[in-house]
Amino acid sequence: MIHKLKHIEELESESIYIIREVAAQFEKPALLFSGGKDSIVMYHIARKAFFPAKVPFPLLHIDTGHNFIETLDYRDNLMKQTGATCIVRCVQDTIDKGKAVEEKGYNASRNVLQTITLLDAIEEFKFDAAMGGGRRDEEKARAKERFFSHRDDFGQWDPKNQRPELWNIFNGKKRMGEHFRVFPLSNWTEMDIWQYIYSENIEMPSLYFTHERELIKRDGVLLANCPYIPLKESDEIITKKIRFRTIGDMTCTGAVESPAYTIEEIIKEVAISRVTERGGRWDDKRSDAAMEDRKKEGYF
Amino acid sequence: MNEDAKMNSELIDKQSGYLNMELLRFTTAGSVDDGKSTLIGRLLYDSKAIFEDQLEAIEEASNRRGEEHLNLALLTDGLRAEREQGITIDVAYRYFATPKRKFIIADTPGHIQYTRNMVTGASTANVALILVDARLGVIEQTHRHAYIASLLRIPHLILCVNKMDLVDFNQDVFEKIKFQFHEFSKKLEISDVCFIPISAKNGDNVVGKSNKMPWYNDETLISLLENIPIEKDEDINDARFPVQYIIRPQSDEYHDYRGYAGRIAGGVFKKGDNVLVLPSVIKTTINSIELNGKQLESAFVLQSVNITLTDDIDISRGDMIVKENNQPQMNQNIELMVCWLNEKPLISGGKYWVKHNTKDVRCVITDIVFKMDINNIEKNIEDKHIGLNDIAKIKIKTSKPLIFDPYTRNRITGSLILIDENTNETVGAGMIL
Repeated sequence: MIHKLKHIEELESESIYIIREVAAQFEKPALLFSGGKDSIVMYHIARKAFFPAKVPFPLLHIDTGHNFIETLDYRDNLMKQTGATCIVRCVQDTIDKGKAVEEKGYNASRNVLQTITLLDAIEEFKFDAAMGGGRRDEEKARAKERFFSHRDDFGQWDPKNQRPELWNIFNGKKRMGEHFRVFPLSNWTEMDIWQYIYSENIEMPSLYFTHERELIKRDGVLLANCPYIPLKESDEIITKKIRFRTIGDMTCTGAVESPAYTIEEIIKEVAISRVTERGGRWDDKRSDAAMEDRKKEGYF
Repeated sequence: MNEDAKMNSELIDKQSGYLNMELLRFTTAGSVDDGKSTLIGRLLYDSKAIFEDQLEAIEEASNRRGEEHLNLALLTDGLRAEREQGITIDVAYRYFATPKRKFIIADTPGHIQYTRNMVTGASTANVALILVDARLGVIEQTHRHAYIASLLRIPHLILCVNKMDLVDFNQDVFEKIKFQFHEFSKKLEISDVCFIPISAKNGDNVVGKSNKMPWYNDETLISLLENIPIEKDEDINDARFPVQYIIRPQSDEYHDYRGYAGRIAGGVFKKGDNVLVLPSVIKTTINSIELNGKQLESAFVLQSVNITLTDDIDISRGDMIVKENNQPQMNQNIELMVCWLNEKPLISGGKYWVKHNTKDVRCVITDIVFKMDINNIEKNIEDKHIGLNDIAKIKIKTSKPLIFDPYTRNRITGSLILIDENTNETVGAGMIL
């Protein structure tokens, strides 16, 4: 009899292998949790990887202060259900300490500032590996990212000097003060994530499903109307049935008009969608190399 | 059934289809001049893996560069320096799916200075896709790519003869290249090779069949990728379980639980199997195979599971569980082919870290046997300078025995990496002989 895993099983198996490798190779790893679908799936896989033991590392959430309330509720519920430890560090504290300066203007965002809070938290807890839910299909700079991505003691990424990664052998050796970013979901696509959520029956935040919301229509992008976005004269306030394809800050996450209220319908929508999920993300639109530049500085 | 219900049930069918797909990893070798990026762009474009916003972005970029046609190559150039210089620096991974399979492309640059990238991309591939310019035929670069594919034991090779439009879709040109390649590949161990005449720019024989080459009756590239049998690509014969992590819940409910976590590196394990734990050579029996509390009757190659044993034995990360009647080799003196990945050359007599499966040991380089001239596939026993991108046969002695199989038998238990003790960089990729 010939055995061959199906592709979702193979992806899950690969991710479990990576997460266990992190637990084995590092002394103090953390799992970066944002409340978005990728980090939810990553945490789900981590729980499977160590069952019946608990996940042997804490979760770390960098709270920009501009999160959707639904994201925070979901996070708190999940922690209560699973008994996990979630460390929260706030961008507001970084700003209050004078380590970061709030951006000004209509398109101001705390997206860039959260890198400082993240690097501070890594230093505070002496984390030597931080697992993120980044996927290579998301963005072109991410397509060249390793599973084990080495960061120098400033937390920076040098795309031209990455360690070659061969077979299933991962080199996590480092000097004092350096750390690794690890991306267990590197090989997953948006479609794989939803298919997995469907087949594993994972509960998701309500933001991913259709709901009525008051929105700001700005340059063709639909943003949630919230106190964090200063209004322009040309902005249009409208109410529509929408959902979110990615979840980030309220200031930069674009909504899509959608009637999808089940996972099946979301899958159907993803299957026929003609724009990428990050197509509505302001943080990527800043320049052609916006993601590459942020990653070099130590972004997620 | 109303329209909505019908669509939903079709979707469920489609879903179960999607969930039941196989995963095929392939690597592409060739330079920009061979049209490699264009071919990948074509595969993504024709399989509708490219989205409108990506398309708009490259349309804009093509215009900015003053190019008349949509430059599909721009889709795969990720980093700023690459776009500015029009080159590919590093391995980039791309994803697309057809109703039959999901594909992962390891897109690697083809120039000689990037041998290390091709080796990296090749290490996990089921298929190597090698591009040849129809006007140039089999050249040195083709030799190099085919050699690396055979060295890395990529199970299947597809030779795409590209730019057929520039040779008037002439069958003789195609047949001549086939012949040239067959002649050359006699020196290599390549088991499965296919040839396809294509034009990546126009899409001939990539996804759709070309009407310009009626003389070609075989499959298009995409249907070949969809149908190549890959279920025997991994080692399905030798049961190997490298212990990765020990699971000890230390809770009341699972007080004495001791699970060995790992990913099966070969063959099949069943509940009740008589097994041997290496290197201690202790016999025991598999009590259970499980994942997330779910009991499995058996588990096979590439599955990540949790194994419990009937006896309480001291086992740690780096040990290997195998079957009694099929044992791997255990040795401290090891011969291997190495591809050097670092600017700092290999030091004969030098010490390095070795990572092999889940085991870390140290080693000393005891001998450089020969250097491979990869353009002519000739061994050079005089030249002992092994620098970046060089391939050589070497001997090492490890601080503790490695538990391994020859790379030709098992790509997981037969591979290792060498790590510089000062910089911690991965400097060598080794294939055990």
